[in-house]
Amino acid sequence: MMRRQDVGWWLLILPAFLLMTAFYVAPIAQVLAISFTEPTPGLGNYERLFTSESVQRVIVTTLRICVITTSLSLLLGYVLSYRIALASPSAQRWWILAVLVPLWISVLVRAFAWVTLLRRQGLVNETLIGTGLISEPLALVWNEFGIVVGMVHYMVPYAVLPMLASMREIDPRLLAAARGLGANRLTIFGRIFLPLSLPGLLAAGVLVFIFTLGFYITPALLGGGKTLMVAEWIGLQILDLLRWGLGTMMATVLVVAILVTLAIFSRLVDMKRVFGGGGA
Amino acid sequence: MSAAGHALALRGLSKRYGSFTAVADVSLDVGQGEFLTLLGPSGSGKTTILMCIAGFVEPSEGAILLDGRDITALPPERRDFGMVFQGYALFPHMTVAENVAFPLRVRKLGAAEREAKVRAALDLVQLSAFGERLPRQLSGGQQQRVALARALVFEPALLLLDEPLSALDKKLRAELQDELKALHRRIGRTFVNVTHDQEEALSLSDRVAILNHGRLIQQGAPAELYERPVTRFVADFLGKSNFLAGTVQEALEGGFAIGAGATRILQAATSTPPIGTPVLLSLRPEKMALLAEGETAENAVAGTIAGWSYLGAGYALNVATPDFGTLRVTLPTWNAPIAPREGLEVRLGWSSAASVPVLDDVSPDDAA
Repeated sequence: MMRRQDVGWWLLILPAFLLMTAFYVAPIAQVLAISFTEPTPGLGNYERLFTSESVQRVIVTTLRICVITTSLSLLLGYVLSYRIALASPSAQRWWILAVLVPLWISVLVRAFAWVTLLRRQGLVNETLIGTGLISEPLALVWNEFGIVVGMVHYMVPYAVLPMLASMREIDPRLLAAARGLGANRLTIFGRIFLPLSLPGLLAAGVLVFIFTLGFYITPALLGGGKTLMVAEWIGLQILDLLRWGLGTMMATVLVVAILVTLAIFSRLVDMKRVFGGGGA
Repeated sequence: MSAAGHALALRGLSKRYGSFTAVADVSLDVGQGEFLTLLGPSGSGKTTILMCIAGFVEPSEGAILLDGRDITALPPERRDFGMVFQGYALFPHMTVAENVAFPLRVRKLGAAEREAKVRAALDLVQLSAFGERLPRQLSGGQQQRVALARALVFEPALLLLDEPLSALDKKLRAELQDELKALHRRIGRTFVNVTHDQEEALSLSDRVAILNHGRLIQQGAPAELYERPVTRFVADFLGKSNFLAGTVQEALEGGFAIGAGATRILQAATSTPPIGTPVLLSLRPEKMALLAEGETAENAVAGTIAGWSYLGAGYALNVATPDFGTLRVTLPTWNAPIAPREGLEVRLGWSSAASVPVLDDVSPDDAA
């Protein structure tokens, strides 16, 4: 039985709930439903998951790029968070600012910046040729490499924030205690710091992974249309080829994949800690 | 565990942070198997000294010697000292047994030996049944005992305790004080304890070192410090004390007489300061008695009760006197000669050996 005061609380979120349902959930559901009706009613679009090589290639490419991007972002982000967590409070502020500044720059600007750096006549290739290290320019952009560079750059702040939050919760006395009990730096890291920062690492992993799954602009610009990820592929199906059924099928798969990832993750970690719910 | 205490010595230890001096020229010896407590108010430098001993803080000057060997430059992980941190610092992601096994694991002991030692250490603190629990599933007192077991399991040369009982409630604190004392007797190791709780220091320690503003003020056995404080700070910090100010009037056999206003007080002493010098006497509240009609004492002062409180085992009276301000007197309740009442006129008496001359080292900003 719901108590009366509980009903009151639920009534408070009712307007927001109705608004979300009417203008967000319902249209999305409607679009996703197209995957079962176009071009003919049935599961025909989903059959393509198992039969179409091009559909499978897009999924495999997306997963591969996501896994590589997530791993690199976590690695770089972890090192960065570790450095920040152990810095003095005043240095921490500057570090965090430096991490956050890229977040405020348009993703479009950043993607084009990478293009100018990485293209055949870009700064990187020119420098390498100038120093005589290579004679032919390297293919650094308009391929998977370019996509990964751009996405890692975009994702590192998202990896740092949850990890830094969980590292800051680690009582520095635990590290001192471990040292006092005879542990060297490596042991302290491996047995104390790493296990205690694991929730943050997992949270960052899920956040970055979900983000990269649906990433559109960066792969579209740095992939040069040759390497297709799921989001760009969906856009292509719907906008250029007008295959709504196939496009929305992939969108459904994407939504389900994200929900499944979140479900698995919520089993592993207390979600409240990741998204900053109240209380300890 | 074998009785293998080690001796620690501090020589001219100082620690400065910029222009702030946390520890100033402290020299101290801790004998084999001794229980030494560093006692002082917050900011007295006691914790800094402990952190220097542990190796977490590098002294600005001075040396730390273990059995005569200079260990000042040795990092904490190579000192082999057990330490119980304030708040215990148990590893939250490890079980009790894993916590206790941690120092053995980093020393690369074999699994069988490790298990045996963990069991022995948990037995020692009576937590054998709790090995598989996580620290957060234990009470404060149990966590404290886990921290002790973890600090002792690798048979450290020295056990350092940083306010080990401060997080516990009063009753539990008294219980664990007894346990800690019994543990120290049983294993015969050298303990260095830091606290701001004077009762804990008195009841636990073989010897107490009292610190203030980074300086070592006095050290000695608890009874010695309590009965013969050298300075006003020591007398005031360790228990409660009245302070009687006066000037030396006359040298007598076995002591001297001081005058304050119209009152003359006798003080037992082996030497007499020059006539006319100001002196300060420390007089404990329990060392005075209420004098009955016609009863005499070496020192007698008349006053009126300005306030009183009932403390169960005793009464605490504030007696206003003309020459010494308000004096605090405690009387055992069970044979109190009077029923206290505000405004009652009383006479206080004490022997010349009850009070002690002390140096006045309390500056105005120390006043509590």
